[in-house]
Amino acid sequence: MPEIQTFTMNFGPQHPAAHGVLRLVLEMDGEVIHSADPHVGLLHRATEKLAESKPYNQSIGYMDRLDYISMICNEHGYVLVIEKLLGITPPIRAQYIRVLFDEITRILNHLFWLGAHGLDIGAMTIFLYCFREREDLMDIYEAVSGTRMHATYYRPGGVYRDLPEAMPKYQASKWRSKKSVAKLNAIREGSLLDFIDAFTVKFPACVDQYENLLTDNRIWKQRTVNIGVVPPERALQLGFTGPMLRGSGVEWDLRKKQPYEVYDQLDFDIPVGTNGDCYDRYLVRVEEMRQSNKIVKQCVDWLRENPGPVMLEDRKIVAPTRVEMKDDMESLIHHFKLFTEGYCVPAGEAYAAIEHPKGEFGVYMISDGANKPYRVKIRAAGFAHLGAMSEMVTGHMLADVVAVIGTQDIVFGEIDR
Amino acid sequence: MSLSNETLAARIDARFGQKLTRVDSTCGELTYQLDKDDLIEVARALRDEPDFHFEMLIDVCGVDYLTYGSDEWTTQSAAGSGYSRGVEREPVILDEADTFDPERFAVVYHLLSLRNNARLRLRIFTGDANPPIVKSVVDIWNSANWFEREAFDLFGILFEGHPDLRRILTDYGFIGHPFRKDFPLIGNVEVTYDPDKGRVVYQPVTIEPRTLVPKVIRDDGQYSAALGDEAGDA
Repeated sequence: MPEIQTFTMNFGPQHPAAHGVLRLVLEMDGEVIHSADPHVGLLHRATEKLAESKPYNQSIGYMDRLDYISMICNEHGYVLVIEKLLGITPPIRAQYIRVLFDEITRILNHLFWLGAHGLDIGAMTIFLYCFREREDLMDIYEAVSGTRMHATYYRPGGVYRDLPEAMPKYQASKWRSKKSVAKLNAIREGSLLDFIDAFTVKFPACVDQYENLLTDNRIWKQRTVNIGVVPPERALQLGFTGPMLRGSGVEWDLRKKQPYEVYDQLDFDIPVGTNGDCYDRYLVRVEEMRQSNKIVKQCVDWLRENPGPVMLEDRKIVAPTRVEMKDDMESLIHHFKLFTEGYCVPAGEAYAAIEHPKGEFGVYMISDGANKPYRVKIRAAGFAHLGAMSEMVTGHMLADVVAVIGTQDIVFGEIDR
Repeated sequence: MSLSNETLAARIDARFGQKLTRVDSTCGELTYQLDKDDLIEVARALRDEPDFHFEMLIDVCGVDYLTYGSDEWTTQSAAGSGYSRGVEREPVILDEADTFDPERFAVVYHLLSLRNNARLRLRIFTGDANPPIVKSVVDIWNSANWFEREAFDLFGILFEGHPDLRRILTDYGFIGHPFRKDFPLIGNVEVTYDPDKGRVVYQPVTIEPRTLVPKVIRDDGQYSAALGDEAGDA
């Protein structure tokens, strides 16, 4: 009988391919993985416990910092569950804006994922291409919320403000000549919707570029085809959602099956894979970018034609505007109460889930009737995915671990919370 | 095919009878409460029987009901003084007790059926044992593995039959279960660099706990109209 000798290898937490602070303890036989034990929690900030100690609206900003690659989608899950408990529905225009930003965020997330995943397994160029388009999307975030990443844009009852009529512009400086600034600003002359519209026109060609680089690329296929195969029945057992589940051939998307906001009025398709390997999940996500682009376009067209309120008028939940607050006594009182104490949510419990770029992002909230949530539980898609890491890499080579980490699209902000 | 909550509730009542008690929901969700000893049998039936077919366990969540419904500031009558920011709250350390209030700790399971397009929530209370212990559902839904580890780490709920019940989110060597309501928000220890020892050491926290916004419960019924609730008008 041959002598079997396994050894233990430590991967991370400081490793460029670990997508953050993942520590993997790998049991190896030569270069073959016997088992993997992911150690998570190095980024644990007790977001849920912090949320339990603050009025409802003060935690929206924390949600951005969960999955810091798809910021606004996290906010969406959180405000949806509050709206469910309060029994309110935001105005239709706010719902369209939310869908618009969810889909922009999906593209943002998938671009980051594609760039980083490519970089991890040897495709350098794709990273630069993806970040070129991400820059435009970040500008959209900035135009609407003032920040490029952590937007804090959604509120229970709508969104913080309507889409701006002007885009922020570049200024000439000692590093940037007037001429190059004019060139950069050419696309920023119109409103935000014009800017997004221009993006949706150019974006399909960008996706073609990425696909040219990767889809038929021999090295890319060697690194991803038949790596990390998950059969559909295992994917269900392991609690996979989002592209991880669809890559295995299960057609399940909350936007279609349990539509929230206005997804049931939009036209888009759900791509599914067949083999459940890294390559199929790559194809699914790339197609999702195209579909998201289609949704963004539909939302832009609708939003152009349908002005209206983007927030509820209910002053017991939504703060009055600054102007109202300055010359109306009752508005001042409402403003004071909402910002010192917040609003009380009726006792009860609710779970709201959205189709986050990474899978099902759900928030379970228990309220005891107070101005703070009694318990908030955030169900992050990546947590379930990473829990299946050992099963996905067993029998593969060390280099494939990196491919599997990449394909899971994990971000530690949401896993560690 | 999408299964309505009422159809599903009727099926559950017919199949399980008294074992499952429906919990009222204000937002149209289906929640059932059951005895912790029935969990495994019910879970297996819910997964395998075609009437239910909950093939996915979406989430397992621990809950500590210790301070449920208690507020920090009275709002029923005018108070003579303002709210002090440096509230001193006596730590309630019940971990030493032999028993807990039987309705203190709960484990909440969120199930999803893809075939029937339905969701279901199950809740069990852990009983009065210290440490709280329930049976693990890892064998029924493998996704429970990490979710149960998390509930153990944050609430100290033990899951009998779990293959690998280790801490998951907190630091190596962490003491206590931080999401229990009697665990202070600022924690018990902090890390600092000790120049004499030349390494990072743990010490008791030096910051004061503060509550910037007191927790208040107002049941003035201001949302009852939105909820279509008659009771609030009284």
